[in-house]
Amino acid sequence: MIRIHDVSKSFDGGKTLVVRGVNLDIPSGEWLVLLGSSGSGKSTLLKMINRLVVGFGGRIEVDGNDIGGIDHVALRRSIGYVSQGIGLFPHWTVEQNVAAVPRLLGASSLRQRERSHELLKLMELDPSLYAGRFPSQLSGGQRQRVGVARALAGEPGYLLMDEPFGALDGVTRDALQQRMLELKRSLGKTVLFVTHDLFEAMTIADRIAVMHEGALAQVGTPSELLHAPATPFVKDLFRKPLGQLQRLGAKI
Amino acid sequence: MSAPLPEFSELMQHLWEHIYLTGIAVAVASLLGIPLGVWIHRHPRFQNWIMGAVNVAQTIPSLALLAFLLPFCGIGWKPAVIALVIYSILPILRGTLTGLREVSADVSEAGRGIGMSDSQLLWWVELPLALPSLVNGVRVACVWSVGTATICAFIGAGGLGDFINRGLALNNTGLLLMGAIPAALLAISLDWGIGRLQKFLQPWK
Repeated sequence: MIRIHDVSKSFDGGKTLVVRGVNLDIPSGEWLVLLGSSGSGKSTLLKMINRLVVGFGGRIEVDGNDIGGIDHVALRRSIGYVSQGIGLFPHWTVEQNVAAVPRLLGASSLRQRERSHELLKLMELDPSLYAGRFPSQLSGGQRQRVGVARALAGEPGYLLMDEPFGALDGVTRDALQQRMLELKRSLGKTVLFVTHDLFEAMTIADRIAVMHEGALAQVGTPSELLHAPATPFVKDLFRKPLGQLQRLGAKI
Repeated sequence: MSAPLPEFSELMQHLWEHIYLTGIAVAVASLLGIPLGVWIHRHPRFQNWIMGAVNVAQTIPSLALLAFLLPFCGIGWKPAVIALVIYSILPILRGTLTGLREVSADVSEAGRGIGMSDSQLLWWVELPLALPSLVNGVRVACVWSVGTATICAFIGAGGLGDFINRGLALNNTGLLLMGAIPAALLAISLDWGIGRLQKFLQPWK
């Protein structure tokens, strides 16, 4: 369970708030999507949870512990993280990249290798083909799969994903979303997923939290947001893409 | 030719002195420059200050610097090494800093995000990725030092510059070339050798 209690963040000493007074509970096992346009504060909020962004007002608890009181290195090793740019280590092979967290946690090299191959298989990358490659020898979609595998390798209870599929083409993104959905039950993780893509949010989420100008506009299941938008912003957010779809449908 | 050329053993001796001088200077400059580069990368506030100071040191003409060091260190190899260290720090510091800066923000954020401590991030990610640029700095320092070390013969530091000095004084071209050619060859082979090494340092490219 992650509890976000009255959290605010400013990068300019309080003149402007990037995140303003956010309250949000993410129960264990839930996949919650933070949806918002760029600059809405959703990535900042996500990075506060693993303390990549520090110095904020309010309180964040992970499993009942205030994260301010946990050593940040230990905290991060217990939370899987996929960043916006993936950030695979270019000088390490795919196998070494995936095994990074087990290595940090002191696993034997044999165990690192096993774990790495296990996860590559889980992400549908054949270890015999890909384990020895460098990230520069992979396609964009393959890199993302390695990024997700790396985040899962330390068997974290939580997974933070910051627009992980943002840079991919539609087909590749769809394949990865489907793979994540297939894994949803067997993984049993609590996932916080940031995106600006409404369709991606609808596909992945148990609940969606819509962020607008640093504040939460509405939190609910995809159908609640669609049928009972709480603010004009949320209403617009859903109506525009649906309108686009209808226009496309009419054209075809 | 007016005078007989020196023995081969004398050439070897001066070559060794030259390599020794350059080697010690570049080693000391690396021990100072690399940690300093890492430090100012972490503390950017001091970056302009330190880079400025090192740049100024670089602009002092080598002969003037040697003359300046004479009253403090006397003659011999000590002032020579000090002067060479002062010249070698800039390329090594700059190479280290450039290499560290070129590590993409995504990569270091990912490293932090998965739970690397500052020192793990430095040793596992930042330094290996900065290594090619860092080694390039060492390469430049080596080439400069080999060149500048020939001047150090003026203050009795030995090395291949000794032949050049004597050749100039005696108007003996053969003697002069006996210093100049090995010095040039030494610089070229260091440049080439370290360049080869750089390719091995980034198998992922």
